[in-house]
Amino acid sequence: MNRILKHHLFWPIAVLAALLLFNFLYSSDFFRIGMRGGRLFGSLIDILNFGAPLILVAIGMTLVIAAKGIDLSVGSVVAISGAMACLTISKGTGGDSLALVLTAAGAALGLSLLLGLWNGFLVAGAGIQPIIATLILMVAGRGIAQLITDGQIITVNSPKYQYIGSGALAGLPFSIFIVLALFLLASLLTRKTALGLFIESVGVSPRASRLAGIRSGWVIAAVYVFCGFCAGIAGLILSSNVASADGNNAGQWYELDAILAVVIGGTSLNGGRFYLTGTVIGALIIQTLTTTIYMTGVPPTITLVVKAFVVLAVCLIQSETFRQALVQRWKTRRYPAEREVARHV
Amino acid sequence: MAEREPILEMKGICKEFPGVAALTNVNFRLFPGEVHALMGENGAGKSTLIKVLTGVYSITRGTVTLEGRTHEVRSPLEAQQAGISTVYQEVNLCPNLSVAENIFIGREPRRLGRIRWKEMNARAKVLLKERLHLDIDVTLPLEHYSVAIQQLVAIARALNVEAKVLILDEPTSSLDQSEVQQLFGIMRKLKGEGLAILFVTHFLDQVYEISDRITILRNGEFVGEYPAAELPRIELVSRMIGKALHLLEEMPKAPASAKSGAETVAEAKGLGRKGAIEPFDLRIGQGEVVGLAGLLGSGRTEVARLFFGADRPDSGKLTFRGKGGGTRGIQSPRQALDNGIAFCPENRKTEGIIDDLTVRENIVLALQAHRGWFRTISRKRQEEIADEYIRKLNINPPNPEHLVKNLSGGNQQKVILARWLLTQPKLLILDEPTRGIDIGAKAEIQKLVLQLAGEGMSVLFVSSELEEVLRVSDRIAVLRDRRVVKEIADQNISQQHVMQAIAGV
Repeated sequence: MNRILKHHLFWPIAVLAALLLFNFLYSSDFFRIGMRGGRLFGSLIDILNFGAPLILVAIGMTLVIAAKGIDLSVGSVVAISGAMACLTISKGTGGDSLALVLTAAGAALGLSLLLGLWNGFLVAGAGIQPIIATLILMVAGRGIAQLITDGQIITVNSPKYQYIGSGALAGLPFSIFIVLALFLLASLLTRKTALGLFIESVGVSPRASRLAGIRSGWVIAAVYVFCGFCAGIAGLILSSNVASADGNNAGQWYELDAILAVVIGGTSLNGGRFYLTGTVIGALIIQTLTTTIYMTGVPPTITLVVKAFVVLAVCLIQSETFRQALVQRWKTRRYPAEREVARHV
Repeated sequence: MAEREPILEMKGICKEFPGVAALTNVNFRLFPGEVHALMGENGAGKSTLIKVLTGVYSITRGTVTLEGRTHEVRSPLEAQQAGISTVYQEVNLCPNLSVAENIFIGREPRRLGRIRWKEMNARAKVLLKERLHLDIDVTLPLEHYSVAIQQLVAIARALNVEAKVLILDEPTSSLDQSEVQQLFGIMRKLKGEGLAILFVTHFLDQVYEISDRITILRNGEFVGEYPAAELPRIELVSRMIGKALHLLEEMPKAPASAKSGAETVAEAKGLGRKGAIEPFDLRIGQGEVVGLAGLLGSGRTEVARLFFGADRPDSGKLTFRGKGGGTRGIQSPRQALDNGIAFCPENRKTEGIIDDLTVRENIVLALQAHRGWFRTISRKRQEEIADEYIRKLNINPPNPEHLVKNLSGGNQQKVILARWLLTQPKLLILDEPTRGIDIGAKAEIQKLVLQLAGEGMSVLFVSSELEEVLRVSDRIAVLRDRRVVKEIADQNISQQHVMQAIAGV
């Protein structure tokens, strides 16, 4: 029992379960999964489908945070990637050819990798603090996305492109398979090779790692490139889902939700140990919360406040200090007099 | 010097921290118009004494009198108001403010709440010119000027308060030769004006150049107070280290051998780095233990770091006969690692261990870095390696999954040693491998060094404990004031020789 309580996934899973339970009590339809037109649908499927971009971004963010960094530019990269893909398709001839869609995705991901490299260069090469270095692209990135879309919302009419974000494979949204593939890729890269060890080592102490022979700079650059790549794919899914690119609003606040997902998942903002599975659960918690808020009919004007309160509660539950304080109070609840006496002793 | 009234007198000062006595019965006197050097090895209690004077620490026992009155200060501000000004090692001014602002910060001349800029600038200018012979534009930001000028501005700020006692804590550590002379000129002038100056430095040459009187501390205890002219350097060093020369017993020497004639493994030619170490030559043969001796700040660590490529040299060349056989230069830690050089840094906590990782991960780190990220050492192999080295080096607790930050200093050091021994280096660089660890672990590490050298590994051994360097080294390079001043080999290795070289006589 104690081992289960101490496991790093215990609290994230417990919170997710509590949220799902609440939804079940609120509406028994929540868990119903139906079949329509050869694909599954239902609230749970929606959470997975709409949560896909966030999970992707959060996976990239996990590695960046593990290396003692942070990437605030992911939201902007999401927008740029979507804009780039939609622009390529709208300018291209042959409307719905597979080649065009692949070119568009390639261009968008290539650009995302480049943006990640830029972040990596600023942090590892130029030695700028991560929060500032990526803030530059966070702000400038919105401008770049607007530049690509020429300030308009580009809509595309390409069923093949739309498949990325809203297609179905074996009855499940295609985006789920993308997430699964990327999660496996990240897990294999970090746990089956020594990359994970290097990232954690650099995250704990870049100086000591360098003196142990690790090329700290390259490791740091690599995680930003990977994070850019993840944000790029998220951008594809997001823009494909709505068949349009909005340079101004796409991927807004993603950086904050992603950081939150990473922290809820158990990875410390101080760098070092990271938990990819925890991050995925963290992202699912955030997505479930968003869905719950919409479903329970909280007025749109105060949804953010409600979300903030739930997030605060989640963070408090995860805090060891807070739990101990709570337990302490609970244990002494029946003896108010004792406390009164203790004060005078 | 005629016996005048000391301006400052400290008697029987004791300062205890929970569980440790930092100062025990320390006496200190400071006369007006003198420069008084406070000497002692690292941890001797110099900083504690200064902090007592400046009101950072309270004293447990003892009395301090300033100008015949009991001096009790509870804060640095009170100390300043009483006339004790301090200039710390790192210039702690605001580089983005003007020179005048830095001098007057917190005491700006005001009228109706507004700062009178013209008056402030004029007064700053006069202060710098008349007292420090420094004619500079005081309206420019401080960062515009060199570190030496900044140091002088810090002194000017200290003088601006009605100072009677000026404390200079390692003021010369970031200055070059001519800048030091400029500072000394000013110290002489201030001395002539009757100011009492307390001077802390690690540079012996500077002590003898400027001081009138020397007080020596060792392990928090008062050793003595001497006129500088009557204390030979060799005496000064032996009193700081705590061994009278004639009482030294001969150490059993490291097994002398034909090692000095052995094949060269690493050779530095004119290797140097500005501000850290003057260009030096040093050769290390196969199976040879080369010790680096010298006082703190003499450049020992800097030499070690250059050999590993941890810092970039700006002159000279380092060649290494690598694992492949050919010679090559070393530019970075990674290159050093790939060529078979290992380095246990002086600062174990921040540069050695990765404290949030396990013992196993810390041990395999360098070998894994050498193999690259793709050729992973399997988990099973990692565990075998960790178990093997835990047993070999007697690491305690013998649990490879323990976080390394929870180990004692000595065991952390062994983990780092294990990390490097695993890479089977040809040259092992140990910078203060036994600092802060208990006697037993110390002896184990020394034994290990000798054993490894016996097996043909070359070792560069740095330690502030002279006895230890003497015990393990075949050859000793002595450093003083950031220069390699002497090499002492085989039969000439004795504490006396080395101490003479350290003192420069």
